[in-house]
Amino acid sequence: MNIWVFSQEANGAPTSATLELLTKARSLAASGTVSAFVAGEAAGIAAMLGEYGATKVYATGDLGGRLPGVAASAAMKAVIAGGDSPDLIMFPQSYEGRDVMSRLSVQLDRTVLTNNVDAAIDGSSVSVTTPIFGGNVLVTTAFSGSGPFLAAFRPKSFVAESGGGGAATVVAAPVPELGATGAARVTVVHTEESSGPKLDEAAIVVSGGRGLGEASKYELIETLAKLLKGAPGASRAIVDAGWVPYSYQVGQTGKVVKPGVYIACGISGATQHMVGMKGSKSIIAINKDKEAPIFGIADLGIVGDVHKVLPKLIEALQGRG
Amino acid sequence: MNVIVCVKQIPDPASPGALSADNTLKREGKLILDESDGYGVEMALQLVDGAGGGEVILVSMAPNGELSGMRTALAMGAARGILVSDPALQGSDALTTAKVLAAAIGKLGGADLIIAGTESSDGYTGTVPEQLAELLGLPSVTFAKRVTVNGQSLTVDRQTEAGYDEVECPLPAVISVTAGVVEPRYPSFKGIMAAKSKPVDTVTATDLGVTPVGWAGAGQKIVGVVQAEARAAGEVIEDDGEGYAKIVAFLENLKVI
Repeated sequence: MNIWVFSQEANGAPTSATLELLTKARSLAASGTVSAFVAGEAAGIAAMLGEYGATKVYATGDLGGRLPGVAASAAMKAVIAGGDSPDLIMFPQSYEGRDVMSRLSVQLDRTVLTNNVDAAIDGSSVSVTTPIFGGNVLVTTAFSGSGPFLAAFRPKSFVAESGGGGAATVVAAPVPELGATGAARVTVVHTEESSGPKLDEAAIVVSGGRGLGEASKYELIETLAKLLKGAPGASRAIVDAGWVPYSYQVGQTGKVVKPGVYIACGISGATQHMVGMKGSKSIIAINKDKEAPIFGIADLGIVGDVHKVLPKLIEALQGRG
Repeated sequence: MNVIVCVKQIPDPASPGALSADNTLKREGKLILDESDGYGVEMALQLVDGAGGGEVILVSMAPNGELSGMRTALAMGAARGILVSDPALQGSDALTTAKVLAAAIGKLGGADLIIAGTESSDGYTGTVPEQLAELLGLPSVTFAKRVTVNGQSLTVDRQTEAGYDEVECPLPAVISVTAGVVEPRYPSFKGIMAAKSKPVDTVTATDLGVTPVGWAGAGQKIVGVVQAEARAAGEVIEDDGEGYAKIVAFLENLKVI
């Protein structure tokens, strides 16, 4: 089986999600090949993509402000139409990964399966597994018809391991003429500075929910996260309310986190939220309502007011220096 | 300015979901407007208002002729809608859904702007807006967290992993909007009354010429459904003023502090 992995870069290195997928692709491909597909320049990351399993790296080159969804999908389509067609294309469940696979699905007239946490191959048949109902039920779905099959996987579904491979060969996969569909242009790129670890990579995540009462109280979450060298997160309720940006959201429609410790403050535990954090190693929950579903999965539950518990906890941790 | 908003009517997420015999989500009875779509409806109403005229038109697809979710959006201020309803749609994948919505938008003659949520709250495949753009041959900006219209083009702040990008895009275009992009209004009593008589054109997939749909058109089949391993609950204590100390001890035990 020949597999492509849509590969993304951040701060000069492949993202952890990319390396996880390359690792999985290596074992799925068996005697087949694994190639990486990069929307942009690949020279700086080809060595690492090779180390994790790619023997070839297709790179579009600089997108010139065009959005990856429309540009990279057209470049992929051109390579496939040229005869080098993979059986399976694995995408990270990221903003860009989703956009590229969506456009490509129309161009190839193939279905997409997203939010997967596992994949298996049986002969030429590919199946993927998705958690539903807040992660309580796992559904396995097989692609029908012929490939390329398009599947997106949630971060941390697989463990990244080096395969010890050499640098991959970089092959140009230029973006063809896009016409009207390619008319959008990125004019300014804003990078939000964050001092702490990234939400989906932090060893400790402290999240706040509606129980905080008002936007200004989110400061308690940020202070506690900083003290623990963790990242602050949020439930959908307070993102929807505009207290914190969407990028803070943990859950089905936000980020999936699997930290060593997850501290849920004033979060009741809607399935939408739980699916994004129930893979955490240890869970601590603080909530006023003792019937809150979050206590059903917490290793330590404190039935109490976050406005009383958090300041004391912060003070105790500050006291330890 | 005319804006089409794709809205999904879903089973109430507050009640536990269940699967039908064919392993699709049970969608019987009353369906509500997906909360994720309230943002798109509000954004459309504001943009049309700001442009000084035009209409907000809804496009939706449901297997059972349900209209209650669409009525909520009409009560917010949308002018009219088109519902594609057909029992054959049961089991449709995201690509088929996008094909059906694209055909419905084609029947309406298109619009200056088409808005969708980033993903639905029940199926959350999250690909339909971008698939729709490709099918309609339009540019798109996904994950919009701020949108302004300047004449014949849009300026969008688009959410990225690292922050956000400012994107310029000519109209007509498709955008997907994130939760919190605007504050959805509550329907007024007057709006609710008016919504009852606003026109919704109900058509079938066959009327639109989209076949095959449902399971017949899906490029996938469900081969297994199992219960995930349950996570056991731990210790739950009432805070007596010393609850914080329990947390400190727990963290010490894990050696993270």
